[in-house]
Amino acid sequence: MIELLAQPFHYAFMQRAFVAALVVGLLCSTMGTYVILRKLSFIGDGIAHASFAGIVIAYLRGANFYIGAGVVAVLTAVGIGFVHRRGRISLDTTIGVLFTGMFALGVYLMSQQRSYAVDLQSFLFGDILAVQPQDLWLVLALSVAVTAAVIVLYRGLLYTTFDPVVAQASGIRADLYEYALLVMLALTIVIALQAVGIVLVAALLVTPAAAAYQLTSRFAPMMALAAIFGAASTLGGLYLSYYVRASSGATIVLFATVLFFAALAASRLRRVTARAA
Amino acid sequence: MSDDAVVARELVVRYDDFTALTGATFTARYGEALGIVGPNGSGKSTLLKTIAGLLKPASGSLRVLDSDPRGLRAGSIAYVPQVEAVDWSFPATVWDVVAMGRFARLRFWEPFGEHDRAAVRNALDVVGMTALAGRHIAHLSGGQQQRTFVARAIAQEPKLLLLDEPTTGVDAATEEALRQIVRELVVEQRLPVLMATHDLERVDEWFDRLMVVDRRVLALGTPREVVESGAYSAIREHTHTHGHLRHDHEPHAAHASHPEIRT
Repeated sequence: MIELLAQPFHYAFMQRAFVAALVVGLLCSTMGTYVILRKLSFIGDGIAHASFAGIVIAYLRGANFYIGAGVVAVLTAVGIGFVHRRGRISLDTTIGVLFTGMFALGVYLMSQQRSYAVDLQSFLFGDILAVQPQDLWLVLALSVAVTAAVIVLYRGLLYTTFDPVVAQASGIRADLYEYALLVMLALTIVIALQAVGIVLVAALLVTPAAAAYQLTSRFAPMMALAAIFGAASTLGGLYLSYYVRASSGATIVLFATVLFFAALAASRLRRVTARAA
Repeated sequence: MSDDAVVARELVVRYDDFTALTGATFTARYGEALGIVGPNGSGKSTLLKTIAGLLKPASGSLRVLDSDPRGLRAGSIAYVPQVEAVDWSFPATVWDVVAMGRFARLRFWEPFGEHDRAAVRNALDVVGMTALAGRHIAHLSGGQQQRTFVARAIAQEPKLLLLDEPTTGVDAATEEALRQIVRELVVEQRLPVLMATHDLERVDEWFDRLMVVDRRVLALGTPREVVESGAYSAIREHTHTHGHLRHDHEPHAAHASHPEIRT
């Protein structure tokens, strides 16, 4: 029995996948706390789709896909932030135009290649089992950078998330914090792309944090709980996918979705019992 | 340091092609509460936001605490917005929100220390919210939300306090508490306070001086002087005719009846 349960850990590629899953789960859901509270889930989806163009360009040039995706994701994030602050076009319109345009560019470039079908699938839906040792180092390095930013910028990000106008009036640069957050978000999405793919990355940003939001009424516990839910989802989903022989990205997101509904039910139950008491 | 905390000369503020405020010349002094009255859309909030450095004047000059408003030290200005400005379902307690008032004063590496906690405790005490410190902000009444915002401003220990219609939608007890808090800050700490209001009752008990604005400064003086100038009563009549201070769609129609009086 134990032998059967421990089976996935015998393979080096599975060990790498588990490390990547843990990092992705923790980071996505931590950033997801800001995504939920600032209502940025559409931005997350947009950055992920836009980064596809970068992935394809990197692929065609034989470069590391993280670099291609990272450059395009960060540029898109900063572009969205700039238009948000300066433009006369609404934010969701900007994202809608930018992300579909960039995604179409990726598809266009890809479609000119003869053998694009296989790789397209793994970019769209992720393939965490294909994480190479050098990818893992890159993922870890980016995660350390984003985590450091989360810690250092904690107070300013919290204040500008709750009340950006008053924070700015008090001398905290809400505009710079917004750009910093968007860049952190872009890097997080790039880190998560290989695990869950372009289509599902938004779920990993939103779902664990949304589950945590049901259960806590303070910011720091929400962030901690979101991280726990995120890690549970990626590790649990990956583990489960090994036995049910399903796509790891999809299983991870389904696992997170089940956790969300469990949290929702627990929150309702708590309210009902509180009222009855 | 001069006696004037805010000095505005021929200030013009625009949103794209819309001129929200034009030719505003006034000063606000240390140790005085300056009331800003005017109908909705008259530029009261615009004026406060410009002083807070949130909006850039199109022309004219503005000095705040002897500096350009955007070059001030962090923590200098506390701005109390209208309570609808934030999402009250945010995961935070009253303590958490009041503690944010300290954030501008802390550098990245400085921990939230005992002095900060003492400032938060004091601010909660001043507004009478100590017993509710641990309450989630979603479970507050309108008056309690406003007290929380004022406590956050007090915890910041600012050099200038700006309040945007803090008495809107609050109960009479909270309104009186806010008035006393403002008077104490002005008299005891010589804090300059600028407060927008469309509540024209008891202006003489709230403010040392009153400024009537309607996209420009129509009158400025002690509440009594302004009342006697007629600019104020024109606004009052306007208020009473319409039940509350709401502007017609013809923004300049009201000006004809106001004599341009500066006191």
